[in-house]
Amino acid sequence: MPAAVRLQGVSKSFRFRAQRATTLKSAVLDAVGRRRPGGAERFVALRDVTLEVGAGRSLGVIGRNGSGKSTLLRLIAGIYRPDAGRVRVDGRVAALIELGAGFHPEFSGRENVLLNALVLGLSRRDVARKLDEIVAFSGLAAFIDQPTRTYSTGMYMRLGFSVAVHVDPEVLLVDEVLAVGDAEFQKRCHDRLAELRRRGTTLVIVTHDPAAVERWCDEAVWLDGGAVRAAGSPRTVLDHYQDAVVREESAALAAMHERPGEGARRWGRGDVRIEGVTLRGAGAGARYVFESGEPLTATLRYRVERPAPAPVFGFAVMRADGFCVYGGNTELAGVALPALGRTGEVSVTFDRLDLVGGSYFLDVAVNSREGVVYDYHGRHYPFAVRSRPGELGVARLPHRWGVRPD
Amino acid sequence: MALVWRDLRARYRGSVLGFLWTFLNPLLMMAIYSLVFSVYMRVQLPAYPAFVFAGLLPWTSFSSSLLRGANAIVESGDLLKKVYFPPQILPAVAVASALVNFVLSLPLLLAFLLLSGAGVDWTLLALPVPLAIQAVLSLALALGAAILSARYRDVYHLLASVLTLWFFLTPVLYPADAVPPGLRALLVLNPMAPLTLAFQDVFYYHRWVDVGTLGPLALVSVALLAAALWAVERWRWVVVEEI
Repeated sequence: MPAAVRLQGVSKSFRFRAQRATTLKSAVLDAVGRRRPGGAERFVALRDVTLEVGAGRSLGVIGRNGSGKSTLLRLIAGIYRPDAGRVRVDGRVAALIELGAGFHPEFSGRENVLLNALVLGLSRRDVARKLDEIVAFSGLAAFIDQPTRTYSTGMYMRLGFSVAVHVDPEVLLVDEVLAVGDAEFQKRCHDRLAELRRRGTTLVIVTHDPAAVERWCDEAVWLDGGAVRAAGSPRTVLDHYQDAVVREESAALAAMHERPGEGARRWGRGDVRIEGVTLRGAGAGARYVFESGEPLTATLRYRVERPAPAPVFGFAVMRADGFCVYGGNTELAGVALPALGRTGEVSVTFDRLDLVGGSYFLDVAVNSREGVVYDYHGRHYPFAVRSRPGELGVARLPHRWGVRPD
Repeated sequence: MALVWRDLRARYRGSVLGFLWTFLNPLLMMAIYSLVFSVYMRVQLPAYPAFVFAGLLPWTSFSSSLLRGANAIVESGDLLKKVYFPPQILPAVAVASALVNFVLSLPLLLAFLLLSGAGVDWTLLALPVPLAIQAVLSLALALGAAILSARYRDVYHLLASVLTLWFFLTPVLYPADAVPPGLRALLVLNPMAPLTLAFQDVFYYHRWVDVGTLGPLALVSVALLAAALWAVERWRWVVVEEI
């Protein structure tokens, strides 16, 4: 199978703008005053990237912001030239980079469509034939003769997308724009993309949304810090990527457990003190990221400073926005506490943590039975839950479906 | 080329008023300069307003070519960063539209010449010569300014000041022979001086243009254009990253 896009050992770096004189005046002053702005430090956007997309295949490039995804697209589109390596593209390329295609703000939507299509190599006759179709697709007929600077971001993106998918590109580059416009327009975009794929258009989609890669791509590449970390089938690459995302998230959450962040509050009389909380899953190690439905055990260490009769330990699962999901305590649960001694541990186990994916905090407290707070830790212990995308709300209520057509 | 025309039409779309507006400025300038120089300071030239107008219109075209051209690449950053687009076209469009503006204002100038008593003559047929040279020269300088202002953002403002000074060093408001012989070098080194003279020859003096000075200027302009095109090709990748 012939390759439509081929990158060999491609590297690209940029100069840090702040370190260079951006006006002639300061450049002259620098030169005269011998004030050398500190070295020619460069930011490496891509290093030694090699990849290939077969004609008619679709490649998903996944990675976090700043991992070099957009630079990669610009190189393929021929907007940037690589510092090292080779970029080869066979066929007409249409690119949707960041918001919309390149428009000239002073021209009307119609003129920009014409300009874009001509730049992409369509003949005038083709453009004239396609124009109405493009305008109709964008749903912007009422605004098409207004200058594009008057467009909203959404309108801009819609028009850009409409042009790019109607010029019959052989290679289509898409940058995070699968989420354009309202639901109805998105459906049309998706239908159109599916049609282009059927017709053998080579697709390169850049995104940080794993679902988009899964939906649209035959292959995937994970870019991290400008280098290819993994390449291959979308499933394997996404697994690698998501593992890394979880690891990083865990590390960040672990750091927060050590040093509570903004909004963490602690109060109480101090008769009994909570010295720390550890979250665990089914295993023995501390965990901060849980799959929905997994077990979670929170263990808190206490120290008794003054003899406190009949203390009550409690917890509350809070969503990051402060919404209380559920709270409970030893008294409500009817747990008879033994004599606490000087120090010790109390643990609470959730057999199934059926929360909808998101960020949560576990608040913990120890009170007297009358409600005197001995120690309360609010927003100290964050954890994250992952669940299937698309679920709504906070809790996954166990349920079953039944369908019986008559 | 198709793009240039498309862009031109876009600029002039539905704006008869806008078109007239572009005359208002040179007309007012001409009126004020005429008042100051021929009434207050008593410059001894017959039909002085016609003389000023003959030099002022090409100068306006030249200076707006440069100013608009200098901004052309920077203001289209969005276009250049998102599609593969030859950046040369943008300053070229600015220059072309300034020239078209000039050509469209010729009927007005001719009417003015007739009314003011300066008259017109067959020497008008030589007009395409200075026009072509000015086109090449403006394009070369506009390309250079556009590339430079992508790198240094104050080029536009600097250029505006330079053009003001340049205007007074160019014999638009005064005849070239008013320059004392000791300072003639100022005219020789100024490419706009022979061009302005040529336009005055065509419109005001009713002489054939001086091929002796225009010939070398044409060569210099072509060389500058070649250098500017080379520079754009050389720096275009850097430019896209800078804007």
